[in-house]
Amino acid sequence: MTPTARWRIARLVAAKDLRIEWRSRVLINQVLPFAGVTMIMFAFALDASDVLERVAPGLIWLATLFSLLVLVQRAFAVEADDGALDALRVAGVDPIAIFWGKSLALAAQLAVLEVVLVISAVLLYGADVPVGGVVLLVTTLVAATAGLACVGTLYGGLTAGFSGRETLLPLLILPVVAPVLIGATRAVESALGTGGVALSEGWPWIGLLAVFAVAFGVGGALAFGPLIEESN
Amino acid sequence: MTALIAIEHAGYVYGSYVLTFAAVGAFAWRTVRNGRKLGDQVDDADKYWT
Amino acid sequence: MTTTDTEPIADEPIGNRQHGTGTRATRLLGVATIITMGWLVAFGLGFSPADRDQDEAVRILYVHVPTIWLAYLAFVVTAIGSGLYLFTKKHSLGFDRAAGASAEIGVVFMAVTLAVGMMWGRITWGVFWQWDARLTTTALLFVSYIGYLAVRNLGGSHEQRAKRSAVVGLLIVLEIPLVHFSVRMWRSLHQEASVLDTDGDIDMDGLMLFSLFVGVVAFTLLYVWLLLHRTRALAMQDMLDDRGLDVALAARRAEGVAR
Repeated sequence: MTPTARWRIARLVAAKDLRIEWRSRVLINQVLPFAGVTMIMFAFALDASDVLERVAPGLIWLATLFSLLVLVQRAFAVEADDGALDALRVAGVDPIAIFWGKSLALAAQLAVLEVVLVISAVLLYGADVPVGGVVLLVTTLVAATAGLACVGTLYGGLTAGFSGRETLLPLLILPVVAPVLIGATRAVESALGTGGVALSEGWPWIGLLAVFAVAFGVGGALAFGPLIEESN
Repeated sequence: MTALIAIEHAGYVYGSYVLTFAAVGAFAWRTVRNGRKLGDQVDDADKYWT
Repeated sequence: MTTTDTEPIADEPIGNRQHGTGTRATRLLGVATIITMGWLVAFGLGFSPADRDQDEAVRILYVHVPTIWLAYLAFVVTAIGSGLYLFTKKHSLGFDRAAGASAEIGVVFMAVTLAVGMMWGRITWGVFWQWDARLTTTALLFVSYIGYLAVRNLGGSHEQRAKRSAVVGLLIVLEIPLVHFSVRMWRSLHQEASVLDTDGDIDMDGLMLFSLFVGVVAFTLLYVWLLLHRTRALAMQDMLDDRGLDVALAARRAEGVAR
């Protein structure tokens, strides 16, 4: 399959997922409020406002990760319910295209989530975004989201359709995305200047995030085919 | 004998050996026992290690 | 004729029957393991001297270091088994079972390592844990393999299990360097006091090094022994699953004919 054909199919798959999401509005009605509640819970747990401001970047990414778990469950529940993934596979659709398509859709939803979370942190935790840090901030969001979306799609596909998947997915995903949590948090700390961290210190972390995204973009695509083959 | 017990942090040192051997020993015992239980249900002809 | 699966096979004289997963090789291995373990205790707790800096705490290392090395070895075997299953033409389930058995053993060794390591840390550093690259990565590796074992139990056919676990096993190999590197980058931001230097392994020589060596040999023998037993048991488990499936299929067909 040529790259252009594959890319076309990926876009179609992504569009399908996003259309389903738009009609059901699960992201807006459930996941975003969940993320919001999580941010509020953090405030209850951490009490002091100077602590909150200091750890705001970390809390943004923690809330993102928890919401990612919910989003991934959703992304594959959609498929499993009507055997849609099986239908795609049986129809001979290239699994790599399916993988990138679903990752793209997941990434779009994650991006919306992260923007909302950053805004919440600004509003609720007193974090502030200096103009100089915006580029780093946006780059971090892009790089981290790419990696998270690939990991989410990969492990979501792995556990799709099996009972016990709901509890297993967090256990599988969280250790794998530890590098993203570390890198993205440090990069956002630099971008926001939290705790006096300099802007320049953030960019090496972007390198890490990029390597992670490429590793799982490629590795995930290769692994996705065997995983959805012969699935029940 | 007192010399053995009187070593510094005797509790931690001996405790770590006890913990290690107890844990792997229990795992080994469970493995063998499980093997025996399964072995009673499977024909000897199927056991490729015999 | 139908046989129930849980009754022992009675047609051979008990004395000649192969009871379980033991063979002469494993019996030899087992004896060698016990003897070497005895040496380990004798040298580790007895003949070897106390360390200049760590005093008696160094004795813990004679069990602690072997268990972590063997845990790593076990996980390497799991990765190799996973790769062999996926990339060889035959896709032999034996590789899958060896990978699974090795992971189980690795998790047990790893759990022991973490627990004993905390005891050692308490004496040497005064803390049970610290967030340096090696410990943090080890903890995440531990959790990852627990996840691997959970994936093995998700259900489905043996081939599905094998394929899924093999993929997860190889993904862990991909993930761990990333984790290690990111944690190292992270911890390098915090200048660590040299007192808590976990990478500075103490200088061992003479009897101390010998004790460590005995420990490694003893636990390696133990690992091989466990791996053989566990892989054979998993093979039998798979056979019984297949047999159960055959019985169910036969019953279903008989139903169809009867209608």
